[in-house]
Amino acid sequence: MEKLSKGSKLYLALVFVVLYAPILFLVFYSFNSGGTMTNFESFTLEHYKAVFDDTRLINILINTVVVALLSALISTMIGTLGAIGIVSIRNHKLRNTVLSLNNILIVSPDVIIGASFLILFTMVGVNLGFSSVLLAHVAFSIPIVVIMVLPKLQEMNSSLIDAALDLGASRRDILTRVILPYIKPGIFAGFFLALTYSLDDFAVTFFVTGNGFSTLSVEIYSMARAGVSLTVNAISGLVFFVTMLLVLGYYFITNRSKGARGSEVPK
Amino acid sequence: MKSLVRYTVGIILVCAVLMYAASVMDQTSGKSGKDILTIYNWGEYIDPDLLKQFEKETGIHVIYETFDSNEAMMTKIEQGGTSYDISMPSEYTIEQMKERELLLPIDYKQIPNIKNIDEDFLDLDFDPKNKYSVPYFWGTVGIVYNTKMLKGQNFDSWDDLWDPSLKGKVILVDSAREVLGVSLNSMGKSLNSTDTDELKAATDKLIKMAPNVKAIIGDEVTQLMVNGDASVALTWSGQAADMMYENEDLTYNVPSEGSNLWFDNMVIPKTSKNITGAHKFINFMLDPEVAAQNADYVGYSTPNKAALKLMDPEVVNDERYYPSKEVRNNLHVYKNLGKEKIGEYNEFFLKFKMSIR
Amino acid sequence: MRNNKNSPFTLVPYYLWIALFVIAPIILVVYYSLLDLNGNFTFANYQNFFTGVYLKMTLSSFWYAFLITVFSLLVSYPTAYLITKTKQKQLWLILIIIPSWINLLLKTYAFIGIFGMSGPINAVLKTIGIPEQQILFTDASFVFVAVYIFIPFMILPIFNALDKLNPALIYASRDLGASKLTTFRRVILPLTMNGVKSGIQAVFIPSLSLFMITRLIAGNRVITLGTAIEQQFLVTQNWGMGSTIAVFLILFMFIIMLLTGQKEKGASQNGKAK
Repeated sequence: MEKLSKGSKLYLALVFVVLYAPILFLVFYSFNSGGTMTNFESFTLEHYKAVFDDTRLINILINTVVVALLSALISTMIGTLGAIGIVSIRNHKLRNTVLSLNNILIVSPDVIIGASFLILFTMVGVNLGFSSVLLAHVAFSIPIVVIMVLPKLQEMNSSLIDAALDLGASRRDILTRVILPYIKPGIFAGFFLALTYSLDDFAVTFFVTGNGFSTLSVEIYSMARAGVSLTVNAISGLVFFVTMLLVLGYYFITNRSKGARGSEVPK
Repeated sequence: MKSLVRYTVGIILVCAVLMYAASVMDQTSGKSGKDILTIYNWGEYIDPDLLKQFEKETGIHVIYETFDSNEAMMTKIEQGGTSYDISMPSEYTIEQMKERELLLPIDYKQIPNIKNIDEDFLDLDFDPKNKYSVPYFWGTVGIVYNTKMLKGQNFDSWDDLWDPSLKGKVILVDSAREVLGVSLNSMGKSLNSTDTDELKAATDKLIKMAPNVKAIIGDEVTQLMVNGDASVALTWSGQAADMMYENEDLTYNVPSEGSNLWFDNMVIPKTSKNITGAHKFINFMLDPEVAAQNADYVGYSTPNKAALKLMDPEVVNDERYYPSKEVRNNLHVYKNLGKEKIGEYNEFFLKFKMSIR
Repeated sequence: MRNNKNSPFTLVPYYLWIALFVIAPIILVVYYSLLDLNGNFTFANYQNFFTGVYLKMTLSSFWYAFLITVFSLLVSYPTAYLITKTKQKQLWLILIIIPSWINLLLKTYAFIGIFGMSGPINAVLKTIGIPEQQILFTDASFVFVAVYIFIPFMILPIFNALDKLNPALIYASRDLGASKLTTFRRVILPLTMNGVKSGIQAVFIPSLSLFMITRLIAGNRVITLGTAIEQQFLVTQNWGMGSTIAVFLILFMFIIMLLTGQKEKGASQNGKAK
């Protein structure tokens, strides 16, 4: 493995600094005893305390996480299978049409998706709340999964499958033993970006929710008129810390166990 | 493949645990499922302690949902599938909701506390005899500015916004009627003008202001004014109050030519499933002590005259928050001009927006 | 990947999704686009679209979407490449995505603070002796924040394409005397083209309908089709006009897919490009 040059390291560092700058800014002000993200008065933990006192907010956070994880999971499954199906379409015109249809939800502004899903759900009689929000999130996350999985499928060599077929593999085997392992990076990319779509969405959720079900985004947007409270900064800070801890912890543990086995590729 | 299955199972397990935790929390917070009142309001637009107090006093469990625009809220109520018992729309939206028959009439026998409301704020054009709505908060449209950054200006006239010294400094609010209203007011025309020629003239005058315009934004203006990123902005009195609370250099003025008087009122949407509870809630919010505490928390002007006596006299006597009767006579409430005219206002506003490049 | 055997059963849920959540909404949108404010049938919305304002908006939407895509690509390609060279590449990749999980409105507020007159950027400038700069409400800040939002969508597919690249190919090219630039242009780039295309799709298409930050960061100095639709739906309540603009957005997207689709076909047929 090549070693990264100083310039490359600097470049990467710069990218990461920019990516994390607004988050550090948010977290910094979550310790502000003044009420806003402007003048830093003095250090306080009161906003963090307020998070734990506010069961409604914690409930909303849990809703947000559950909807994000489940919708990303389901849309990844449907999207991956869909992508596998799409590449196997031989008719190029048909394939292109399907791909264009796939991208419609990406190009449509959220209000339109939200309003039309609301009309759809009330027409069909879906109960507005957890299930309608989950359905909507699955629906608008599928296209990004397809887009992420597709390039991996396209670069896959068809001889791989032919070889497997020659060796007497069943259709199921080909899917689970050949295709899926190969396109796994694409599947993960799709899953993570579906998470992003779900966590960021405000407009669609707003329209299709009801019966007391709310997500963090809806809550934050509706605070804009009277001022976003720093409790929201604190809860975002907490989410950020916990995510970082989980990711770093996971890597630390898997790396240690790899190291213990001692047979890993030397780096 | 194995790892994919493992991750899938892991995610489902995590979700199950989280949902279980949420349901446990619901139980401990006493969601009985019997007497429920669903409130649909702007975020941070009520003191949450008052909701708890209401729950304790009445035994009704409150579900609190939020919206970020009148129009989006109305769409939700019109489309159904929800059961909101109380909402707090602005006055022009109340007119539209009345038209579309989205509101239930209010029974004042169940709301004795209506006597606490200042009569000046009752029986207004948008809702005669307050058949469908009860005042919650009110305010004006005016100019907030930084006295340190703009020495010598007082913005006593709307025309001051055209002052060449303000090049690239003025922040406008992203709302057609408020911005065209500046121009209409400055020309001595009605805020409720439906005359296309007048609107066109107002737009032409606005376009002359374009070099002064720094940006046309929404609620983010609070942060910018407090930070000193901007020195003058067109805004609503409630937001101005928030800004002045954070930055003492800021002050707010309603120009003498007149301006808009706005209301956010409590209504009972037709989706309500707990009409008695909704009345109980409205009556509760009109209690002087409750209203005073709420006004103190939200920072907007309350129409509750009994509450004013319980509040900080410094706030109550501040003309910026509670303008005198003379000033108020010069203020006008928006009338519902109908969809087509609103569309016209927005077309003209869009034309103006495209000119500020 | 040309065997047909998998398609029927894997495509069932996907086609169901297309029918319910793509076709049905499109029918609704087209239906609304043919209604005027009073719910009567009309073509006026379509006529209205061809008046100057909306055409100007279309041009500006495409221009900004183009800028955003180009800058995203310029930032993301080297980043993705360098990440494949790190020891813990999966970890670094996840660290790229994590910031996108924090609420966008909050991050935008943070940017307003960062770009502000009293924000950290101007503080740094001041210490070097440069006078305060107006950063907010400029094209540059708008494109910057948009690129910030879309970077993960560009980096991920490019990373996936680069990661599996056979290093032997690169060594071979070098051994044959190709310069670094030639190797990149003739070997690396063509082999990662599918990833780049995915990234462009995931950035350009949603850029066309960006809204929110056009107001928060650009102060409405940038007006895109997305903003216009938002306004028509939520302020003017003219769902007809809003839907009409959406119909055009969808049409534009179809045209883009048609234009880029031909090449894609060639790429997948040969298994690799050119």
